[in-house]
Amino acid sequence: MNIVVCVKQTPDTAATISIEEGKATWGDAPLVLNPWDEYAVEQAILTREELGGKVTALSLGPEEAREALKLALAMGCDEAILINDPLFESADTLIVSRALAAGIMKLGEVELVFFGRASVDSDSGVLGSQTARRLGWPSISWAAAISHHEGAIEVERMIDEGRQVVRSSLPAVISVVKEINEPRYPSFMGIRKASKAEIPTWSAESIGIDGSLSPAVTWPEMFAPQVKSAECEFIAGQSAQEIAEGLADRLIAEKVI
Amino acid sequence: MAKSILVYVDHFDGKALPASWEALGAAQQLNQKFAGEITAVVVGHQKREIAEQAIAHGAQRVFLVDKEGLNHFRPEPYASVLSQILRDSEADIFLSPNTGRARELAAMVAVDLETGLSPDVIQLVLEDGVVSATRPIYAGKLFVKVRCADCTPQMFTLRGRAFPKQEPAPDAEGKIELVEVAFPEPVTHVIGYKESESGVSLSDAAVVVSGGRGVSNNPKLIAPQDITDEKEKEIWRAQQGFKLIQDLARVLDAAVGASRAAVDAGYVPYAHQVGQTGKVVSPDLYIACGISGAIQHLAGMRTAKTIVAINKDVNAPIFKLARFGVVGDLFEILPELTEVLRSKLGK
Ligand SMILES: Cc1cc2nc3c(=O)[nH]c(=O)nc-3n(C[C@H](O)[C@H](O)[C@H](O)COP(=O)(O)OP(=O)(O)OC[C@H]3O[C@@H](n4cnc5c(N)ncnc54)[C@H](O)[C@@H]3O)c2cc1C
Ligand SMILES: Nc1ncnc2c1ncn2[C@@H]1O[C@H](COP(=O)(O)O)[C@@H](O)[C@H]1O
Repeated sequence: MNIVVCVKQTPDTAATISIEEGKATWGDAPLVLNPWDEYAVEQAILTREELGGKVTALSLGPEEAREALKLALAMGCDEAILINDPLFESADTLIVSRALAAGIMKLGEVELVFFGRASVDSDSGVLGSQTARRLGWPSISWAAAISHHEGAIEVERMIDEGRQVVRSSLPAVISVVKEINEPRYPSFMGIRKASKAEIPTWSAESIGIDGSLSPAVTWPEMFAPQVKSAECEFIAGQSAQEIAEGLADRLIAEKVI
Repeated sequence: MAKSILVYVDHFDGKALPASWEALGAAQQLNQKFAGEITAVVVGHQKREIAEQAIAHGAQRVFLVDKEGLNHFRPEPYASVLSQILRDSEADIFLSPNTGRARELAAMVAVDLETGLSPDVIQLVLEDGVVSATRPIYAGKLFVKVRCADCTPQMFTLRGRAFPKQEPAPDAEGKIELVEVAFPEPVTHVIGYKESESGVSLSDAAVVVSGGRGVSNNPKLIAPQDITDEKEKEIWRAQQGFKLIQDLARVLDAAVGASRAAVDAGYVPYAHQVGQTGKVVSPDLYIACGISGAIQHLAGMRTAKTIVAINKDVNAPIFKLARFGVVGDLFEILPELTEVLRSKLGK
């Protein structure tokens, strides 16, 4: 089975993010494989281990994003492809979904595509559904468990209200949540293999996207959230009861409750 | 210039999600600026009652789609229906709650209509005739203004509790129009459903009481003798701690939250997790007990109006965000606080 996993490189979640010249920066903090995508990579590899086939990691991004793809290879993906083109510099999700769908079509005969739940930088959580829509394939989001049945899959999904079981034919696009597995660490052999691997670059033209692309959505302004000016008011007292009284009185006086 | 606003009403198991009424509230706020028309959209099977509720919550008109094949939400047919309605009605603005279902739906519709979508919006303002949205990025470490000047429609999904919910007006008037729209046969089928064990709706809660790793830290608690495993002893202690959290939550009609450390250690199910990889909450009051305040936890609760922290360690980062702080042992403070509030609030 041909399996694709779409991954993004993002700043580490512990990084301090600030704004410089209107853009977000994270200083020396490392760039990592988007934490949600580790679960997607793991699931792609588990699927291949169960059913055989090949896993291709696909990312649209700058040259640096090769590092994220290398990690995916080190974990056990068979191949990796970077979609990189100046045309995509200010791409919004409409454009990225178009490019990812085009990349998946170019690979050919893909039956399953895995996505993470969301990117930890843009926090949008829409690309899996949007790419599925472009492909005309069903989208099954927030998968927590998957079982395979001859050309069909049964997926247990997390929804706001609980868990739902959905059956779908293939090909299909699946986004995963962290309940689904425990991502493996790259093995020593995996890291060695990944460091030598060739990661081809696909341009916009090579996936059939040309002309000028203008994003529908722009981000004209970024700002840091207002730091709460009120200092923390510590409630002290001789006993736990006195503290509790003090806190309750303050909460009632401030009309919090 | 008058603009028309379409609001998607999300529902599950026959009930509208309260966050849908917040989207109608946001529509009304916007509408004060351009006196347009607010239409709600209800898609499903036999959901007229929800359409009526939408009118009570401020919709001037409701497009109701009623088809047996739309009984279970599936994003593909729902998206086809919604895209067609948006095309036909030429709506300028699309609003919906940011529930899992509605966000996925909006994402697909944006592709169908080749238009821009801003998910998880916390503020909407009108600038030069265009709606501009603010949303958190990098787990709330930054905010970004999103503009979509040439988009029709402009699409936004709204973060829960970021917009005022409309109180229902039972005598409100509006018309319900039954809309016929073709949709493709769904290729996926819903074959089962398990309700979450917790029953809490964290995202809608006005008050959240949360526990972290600290809830297991009470050396005075001696586990029953039949529990010999150290890990199980710790979980047993944590359960005693979470009982204190639940007691306080009950007095405050609050939902129970947790840090990831508490979830990963097996103290409570994942459904309670607040943070970057859990739920995002914006309650009026958030009480963090035995939670240090890691950046990923803050990502899920920093927009709470008032934060109270109870922690042994005066240097815990949570105090930087808190309005009120108690430096102390939660096992001593919580029972007292619950009792005091019970009597002061007359419960
Ligand atoms: C990619 C990624 C995603 C993450 N997502 C999330 C997320 O969604 N949500 C989340 O919460 N975390 C998340 N984390 C984890 C986060 O970094 C922290 O590890 C976690 O929030 C810590 O939980 P805690 O505050 O309960 O535990 P700790 O940091 O161990 O803090 C426990 C606190 O309890 C206090 N304490 C101990 N005993 C008592 C007592 N008896 N009375 C009062 N106070 C006491 C201590 O002083 C301490 O401050 C994520 C991490 C990563 C890397
Ligand atoms: N530039 C990208 N290239 C490949 N996959 C991506 C890219 N951006 C996001 N994804 C995938 O889409 C998921 C959802 O991302 P988002 O909609 O940006 O929150 C991520 O978890 C990734 O699996």
